[in-house]
Amino acid sequence: MRNIVRHRLFWPALALATLITVNSAARPQFLRVTMRDGELYGALIDILRNSAPLMLVALGMTIVIATRGIDLSVGAVMAVSGAVALTIIDGSSDPNGVGTVLIAVVTAIAVAMVLGVWNGLLVSVFGIQPIIATLVLMLAGRGAALLVTDGFITTVNSEPFAFIASGYLTVLPFAFFISVAAIASIAIVERRTALGMLTEAVGINPEASRLAGVRSRGIIWGAYVLSAVLAGIAGIIYASNIKAADANAAGLLIELYAILAVVLGGTSLQGGTFSLAGTVLGVLIIQTLNSTILFMGIPSAQSPVFFAVVVVVVVVIQSQKVRSWIRALGASGRNRRSAATTEVAS
Amino acid sequence: MDEAVPLVELSGVKVLYGAERALDDVAFRLLPGEVHSLMGENGAGKSTLIRVLTGALQPHAGALSIDGNPVRFRSERDALRAGVSPVYQEIDLLPNLSVAENIFVGREPRRWGRIDWRTMRERAAEVLADLGLTVDPTSELGSHSVAVQQLVAIARALTAEVRVLVLDEPTSSLDTDEVGELFRVIRELKQRGVAIVFISHFLDQVYEISDRITVLRDGRLVGEYLTTELLRVDLVAKMLGKGIPLPHERQPYEDEADGSLPVLEARGVGTASLKPTDVSLGAGEVLGVAGLLGSGRTALARLLTGVDRPDRGVLLIDGDPRGLASPRAALAMGLAYSSENRRAEGIISELSVADNITLALQAQRGALRRLPPARARELAASWVEALDIRPAQLDKPAGELSGGNQQKVMLARLLALAPRVLVLDEPTRGIDVGAKAEIQRIVGELAEDGLSVVFISAELEEVLRVGDRVAILRDMHLVDTLPSAAVTIDSLLALVARPTETES
Repeated sequence: MRNIVRHRLFWPALALATLITVNSAARPQFLRVTMRDGELYGALIDILRNSAPLMLVALGMTIVIATRGIDLSVGAVMAVSGAVALTIIDGSSDPNGVGTVLIAVVTAIAVAMVLGVWNGLLVSVFGIQPIIATLVLMLAGRGAALLVTDGFITTVNSEPFAFIASGYLTVLPFAFFISVAAIASIAIVERRTALGMLTEAVGINPEASRLAGVRSRGIIWGAYVLSAVLAGIAGIIYASNIKAADANAAGLLIELYAILAVVLGGTSLQGGTFSLAGTVLGVLIIQTLNSTILFMGIPSAQSPVFFAVVVVVVVVIQSQKVRSWIRALGASGRNRRSAATTEVAS
Repeated sequence: MDEAVPLVELSGVKVLYGAERALDDVAFRLLPGEVHSLMGENGAGKSTLIRVLTGALQPHAGALSIDGNPVRFRSERDALRAGVSPVYQEIDLLPNLSVAENIFVGREPRRWGRIDWRTMRERAAEVLADLGLTVDPTSELGSHSVAVQQLVAIARALTAEVRVLVLDEPTSSLDTDEVGELFRVIRELKQRGVAIVFISHFLDQVYEISDRITVLRDGRLVGEYLTTELLRVDLVAKMLGKGIPLPHERQPYEDEADGSLPVLEARGVGTASLKPTDVSLGAGEVLGVAGLLGSGRTALARLLTGVDRPDRGVLLIDGDPRGLASPRAALAMGLAYSSENRRAEGIISELSVADNITLALQAQRGALRRLPPARARELAASWVEALDIRPAQLDKPAGELSGGNQQKVMLARLLALAPRVLVLDEPTRGIDVGAKAEIQRIVGELAEDGLSVVFISAELEEVLRVGDRVAILRDMHLVDTLPSAAVTIDSLLALVARPTETES
């Protein structure tokens, strides 16, 4: 029992379970999943599908944070990627062609990758503080996206493109499979190679890692590229969902939600050891919380407050300091007695 | 003066950092109107003791009394209120504010609830004049030299109702005249009954200004002495320690006079601070390096292993000149460096012992060619056994090990690379006697197997015992390199401690 409570994923898992329990108690249909035309529908399925963009961004953010960095530009990269993809489809003679959509998607991801290379260059080669380095793109990126779309909200009608966010692969949404693929491939790359361990080493102690011969520049650079590529894919999913490239709204504030998901998952902002499973739980907590707000009919004006209250509770429970206080409270009786004996003894 | 009630008295102070003992049963007292020097090598516990004295750190055990009354400092604010005021060596000033604002920050003179700028300027000007400084109190602090900033930091301490002034390396950025000025101020404060804790690695200054000296070593109190009764050589001996004599078990290194090339040779390598240095190292040789803190012993080690790049001179490996662009490049050529600073530059504290041991090997293979987990564990386990790392738990976070075992983990990390040259910077600092002897033994065995070792230590006895030859550094230059057999501890002490010539 003690070991379960001590496990780093215990608290995020408990928070998620509590949210789901509260939801299903309040509205039993929350748990109901129905099958229509061989496709599953329901609140839980929606959570899995809608969480895809945040999931991708938060996974990238986890790796960046593990290197002691932060990537504020992910929302802007989403906007750029969506703008690039839609502009290509919009300008094509065959917007419904699978080939067109494929070209658009690949180009958008490539552009996102270039943006990641830029971020990584600023941080790992020029030694600029990550928060500043990525702030540049956070501010400039949306401008660039507007430039791509000529300042308009580009809309398209493209079956294959819409499929990315709303289509089904067998019984589950396609977007969910994108999430799973991203989680699996990142987990494999980080944990089946030595990349994860070296990333943690660089994040925990950059100087000791350098002295041990770790190529920290490449590791840090790679983290920003990964983060941007994932943000690029997230941007495509977002654009596909609304069938439009909205440079001002795409990925707005998602960098903050992603950071929140990482922290909820138990990865420290100070860098070092990271937990991908924790981040996955963090994303699901945030997404469930969002649907809770919708479900419970909390007026949209008050939903940020409700959101904030829940987050504060979860974060405070996870805080080491609070936990040691609680432990100290429990132990204080014993301590007082033992302190008294030592004083007598001396 | 001995009869006076100490202004401040600390006793039985114990501070732990994780499993490491930073201070163990240390006592320290300050009499009114004295200058008391706190001496010790890096890691001896000086800074920790200062932090306890100024309320920045809560000791795990120990008592503190002021004027004979027991007190407890819960924060630096408590200490300041009691009149204990520190001037730290890392200057903690606000360069974007004016000189006057820096002096009075947090204690601005007020009038009708608002800051009284005029009084502040006037009082600042007074204090500065007292220090012999003629700077405009309204000028921005950042526009002045480091020396002036240092004096402003002292001025800040002076304007408080100060009874105890802690000066941590106050002279390191001052020139001779400024030091003279500072000493004049210190003597004036003494007259007023202020007790001054003086920390400096300049022995001349310590002898010039202080009345009494307390020496710490490895977190323990060595003793308290009157400056007039403590010879300079004895002071250095007390700081460095004589260690526990052990029999010299190792076969003495035989210089192969057949003209074989040294494995590593430095010709005239130096930096802006380190004077050009010549060092050579044969296969299977242990070169001991002796010198005080700041003598250039670490600077040399870092130049030899690609950690820092020399401004001049060449490094030859097997007789070929080589440039070392990074530690990674040096490791690829078989030159491994183990830092004196275990916590900041050695151990990756939250990673497991196994990961720490295999880190360098894994880094050399590259991130994508992962060591198979079974082999990595086997490798780590074999090093844990060979070096007797305790506890022998591969999955324990390395930061939870004791200092000596952390040192062995670092050693294992480098040895796993099968290096040709191992540069160990103070591998035995802050670890217990048993672990010390063991590390010395391991170094001896490695050398017998043909590994060349540069062994830096503040403990002269150890340098002599482990090293086949001894390189002596003083004031950032290499004084001499001598066979260990030709040197005694006393003659080595004299070489290490000889007073510096005063500036001509």
